[in-house]
Order: sequence, then structure tokens, then C-alpha cells
Amino acid sequence: MKTKLVILFGFLLLIVSCSNSDDDSSDYITTPVDIEIPQIFENLLLPPSIPSNNPLTEEGIALGRKLFYEKLLSGDGTQACASCHLAENAFVDPARFSTGITGAVGNRNSMPIYNLAWNFEDKYFWDGRAIGIEGQALGPVENPIEMNNTWPNAVATLQATSNYPDLFAQAFGTSTITKELVTKAIAQFERTLISGNSRFDQYLLGDSSALTASEINGFNVFMDESKGDCFHCHGSDANPLWTDNIFHNNGLDTSFEDVGLGMVTGDPLDNGKFKSPSLRNLAYSAPYMHDGRFQTLEEVINHYSEGLVYSETIDPLMKNIAQGGALLTEADKSDLKAFLLSLSEPAFTTNPDFHNPN
Amino acid sequence: MKQIALLLFIAATLISCGSDDDDTSTTNPILGCTDETSLNYNPNATDDDDSCQYPNLTFKFTQNWDGDNITAQGFGNFDYANENGEVLSLLKLRYLISKIILHKENGESITFEGYNLIDLSDINTLLFNTETDVPLGDYSSLTFVFGFDEQDNITNEYLDLNSSSWNWPQQLGGGYHFMQMEGNWIDSNGDIQPYAYHNGTAKVSDGVYEQNFISVELPGFTITNNAEIEIKMNIAEWYKNPNTWKLFEMSTNLMGNYDAQIKMNQNGQNVFSLGEITQ
Repeated sequence: MKTKLVILFGFLLLIVSCSNSDDDSSDYITTPVDIEIPQIFENLLLPPSIPSNNPLTEEGIALGRKLFYEKLLSGDGTQACASCHLAENAFVDPARFSTGITGAVGNRNSMPIYNLAWNFEDKYFWDGRAIGIEGQALGPVENPIEMNNTWPNAVATLQATSNYPDLFAQAFGTSTITKELVTKAIAQFERTLISGNSRFDQYLLGDSSALTASEINGFNVFMDESKGDCFHCHGSDANPLWTDNIFHNNGLDTSFEDVGLGMVTGDPLDNGKFKSPSLRNLAYSAPYMHDGRFQTLEEVINHYSEGLVYSETIDPLMKNIAQGGALLTEADKSDLKAFLLSLSEPAFTTNPDFHNPN
Repeated sequence: MKQIALLLFIAATLISCGSDDDDTSTTNPILGCTDETSLNYNPNATDDDDSCQYPNLTFKFTQNWDGDNITAQGFGNFDYANENGEVLSLLKLRYLISKIILHKENGESITFEGYNLIDLSDINTLLFNTETDVPLGDYSSLTFVFGFDEQDNITNEYLDLNSSSWNWPQQLGGGYHFMQMEGNWIDSNGDIQPYAYHNGTAKVSDGVYEQNFISVELPGFTITNNAEIEIKMNIAEWYKNPNTWKLFEMSTNLMGNYDAQIKMNQNGQNVFSLGEITQ
């Protein structure tokens, strides 16, 4: 009997000492957050996709937001994610190409960041080379033409601060920072960047006064296969993401210096293909195209109307190439532009929850 | 010591129970599956115990050009000549199958719930696994709808299809695409031209639309086990019968082209056939 009691006490001590040794996380209680689903998404789309190993929590989102604006992630402490993804510009860089910490300049426009939890393809970057937002966020820190850091160095820098170890403990139950946890936190914040309440959304939800006659005609041009034929790749009133999140060659060039998706897949049929961006928030997200070649929506519309050029992998939906495209009337072009701008949501760019907390 | 006594008593009780059973074995029920059309039919069973298991079917969708198998690996190759002699390539093929029903001679039928959007670039979509119980036996025909019929072709109704940008514009009657077949063809000057053979509701005029789905009926078969049923689409048929399709006349902007939509429907009547049945 005595031996049994001793063994039992021994076990109890072990259990107690185990929990003691976990001091970091003994008060690790996170607050789950439900993603806010815009009504129009709720009505029409599949539920947002959140990885089961990275659920949204208040602590994780707050940490991710802080890290998104954290310049310590870069090699010389001068650049954050937000340096090239500006909230007031729907998280794109208004500069055609972003300049990294060394002064090196890229060859693509930074991508907008919103509604990523509805990117069911879950491929990121213009060429789709990263899987998952967590995977995407690994890239820029070490990219020599962007933040030009190493992850070991970035993690060590954060670890040496007075505040970050505690914030990671609160969000993830450990004060030991890793690149995986950094990108998990950033991904949580990015999943909260949701834009689904433009004037056009209000129109679809029943407010018929939300649009002008010009905007409604522009929508019809967008939906007309013999006019804009935009809806096959850029969503519609039924797919309010306003993108298919897949990759197309939209007739920009006859040959490619940047082959896009083809570099990732190795398939020549994918050369010149880049991801369709969402058409939400175009009012804030110039310049346009993967390489930011167009400064205005007029230039974009003119491209599809009379500027298409042939290349071997051009999407079959790019038609009448001999004449340069759909040859829209000036009135239709103007209405189409008006419609496109009705997909912009001013409140998305001014939402205080999305701006710098530091 | 008491424990041993108790143990012996229990053992004795058990043995005596067993003896009782022996006495009555000829009249006691034997539990099991009593349905001859199940996979685990027990001919000795006298009482059904709800254990019957039935075959499930998987539908496997394959595509060919007059017998030559087509997969996404062949995309981009100018390997096919249509009935009109126009050489073409395929770059995309998505189509919707719904309301699959297996019919018996006696009029009974089994309906497979749901629909399947086949996308050649995603091999997972080429198999449609069903969980509907299918009793063993002879079936006289297999029917399905290419696209959605009037009852199911409800604008914006299906969230997964909306998320896949499968909708047919409301300006053309709404509902969903039935098919998107795209690629290139070579015109008489030797120039490469695009085609977008998209099928769905036919617009007669503003506000006047015609259903345009295809009811497909294939021969029956006998189910002897879990089975994989191959449904073949001969893509060449879309260009062949009864209308010899001329891409130089109709290659793009076909969605709102009533004549094109009706001809697609006519040519689509014979594109499907029953392939191999593996069970």
C-alpha cells in the first residue's frame, strides 16, 4: 500500500512540475475570432477557408497586424510589409515597381490584399508560386530585392525585443519566436482584410438607387460576351470576389521577359499567364496589370478594346485580336469604367483596424 | 475461496444458458441481411437485422475525339479536325452533369443526389462518387441531364458553382453554364483563332428564354458489386451531327447567339455513351 501511495505522489509531482515548466503558456488563453462575412458573400459564396492549424484569434490578429507594420523584419530595419502594401491603396504600392531596402527595384506591381480567405485556389503572388498566405508571407523577408533579410536574423531581432516574446506567448503559447509563427500571425491579420460593401454590393442587396444608369449599363457591358466579356475571368454579380483567382494570358505582349506562371509550372503553355486580380477597389489600386504598366482605367479598358496582341498562350477569351479586341464604343467604355469604380469601397481604405498600430 | 465459488457459479450459469440455446436452435431466428439484392445477403438469415449493405457507384467521366482519348495533357495540341475539316486544339473543358438516375424495367428508379462540374484540368472532378445505395440486379437504363434542367437551373442557387464562376449571365436568362469548351483553331489563312463553345440557356429575345439542357439516356447494365461506370463524351460529336459546325462562322460570342445555342443542343444529343463498367 505504501509503495502505491509513493508512486501516486511521484506522478502527481511530475504532472505539477510539467505544468510549472510551461510557465510561458500557463496563462495562454486566446480569444477566438469569427471572420466577418459580408452579406453578399454569405448569400453567394462558399464559406471562407481558414486553415485548421491557424485559427483566427484576437491575440494572433493583433500580433499579425503589428508584424505587418514591423520594419524590424527587413535586413536594415527600414521596411515592413506595409511599406509596399499601403492600406490607403487597398494594400498595393502606388509605385509601379517597389524598391527594396538595397535600392533594388522589382519587375511586378505589389498585389492588393483583401478577401484572401475566399481565394479557394490558395495560390499567391502574380505567378501563384506560394501556397497559402502563410507560405506567401515567407517570401518577401528573404527576397534580396525586397526586405533582403534572413529568417534566422529576423526572428532573432524580434526575439531580442522587450515586447514581441510576450505577444507571441499570448498568441501562440510560446515566447520562442519562429518564422512559422511570424507568418501565421501575419496571415491571420491578412484574413481579416475583407472588402465586401461597395455601392455595387448595396445594389445587389436590394438598394436599386445605389447605382447610376451609366454604372448599370457599364455592368451590362461587363457581362456581355460580345462586348466586355469580363465576367469569365473577373467574377460577376454571382461571384462577388470579382476574380476567378486563376491565371490567364490577357494579350499584353507578343513575347515575354517575365513568363509568370510558366516559370512556376515549367509548362510552356503557362508562359505569360498571371493571376486575375480582383476588380474591387480599383479607385485606390493603380497602377494596373502585373507589371503596373497602365496608370489609368482608361488605359486598361483600351487595352481590352483595341490593344490586344497575339502570343501563343493568349487566352481564347481574348478575341478579335486582329482588330485589337472588342472595339467598345466611347460611351460603353465610359460606362464600363463607371461600373468598375462602383466596386470600390472607401471604408476599406480607412478602416482603423487595418492601419499601423505601432 | 469465496471468489472461486462465485466464479464456478457464473461458469455453471453460462454453460446452462448455452444448453438452453441448443434446445431451441431449430425455431430461434437467425439474424442477418435477408435482402438478396444486398452485398452481404445471408441465405440462412431468418430475421433482418438492418445490416444489409448495398453497392455504391462511382461515375467516371472520360472524353475522346472519335475514340482517341483526351486529357488535359493534350491541351494546346492541334490534334483534331472537326467534321468541317477545321483543325483545332483544346485548352479548357468544363461541363456540368446533374440528375443522374438509374432505372429499372418495372419503373422503379434510383436518383443520385447532387451534380458534378467536370473540369479536365482538375482530375478530381473526373470521378463522381455517390453514396446512394444501389441494390444488385438489372437496370434498364441510365439517364442524366447535361447542364441543369428547368427545375434545377436556378440563378445563383449553388454556392460552389458561384465560387467557380460557373454562372450564366442573367442578361441571357441566368442559371448556370452547361459547358465551357475553349481552344484555338486554324483559319483558311493559316492563322490561329480562338473559339469559346459555351452552352447554356438560349436567349430568344430580351426577356424570352428557352431551356437548353440535354436529357441523356444510356443503356442499362447489371450491378453485381460496387461499380465504376464510365460515361464517355465524344467531343467530335459537338461539331458533327446533325449540324456540321463551321468555326469560321461560329467560334466566339456564342452565348447570346440563339441559333448557335440550339445547334449545340442538337449536336449534343449523341455526344455521350456508356463506357466500361468495372465492378
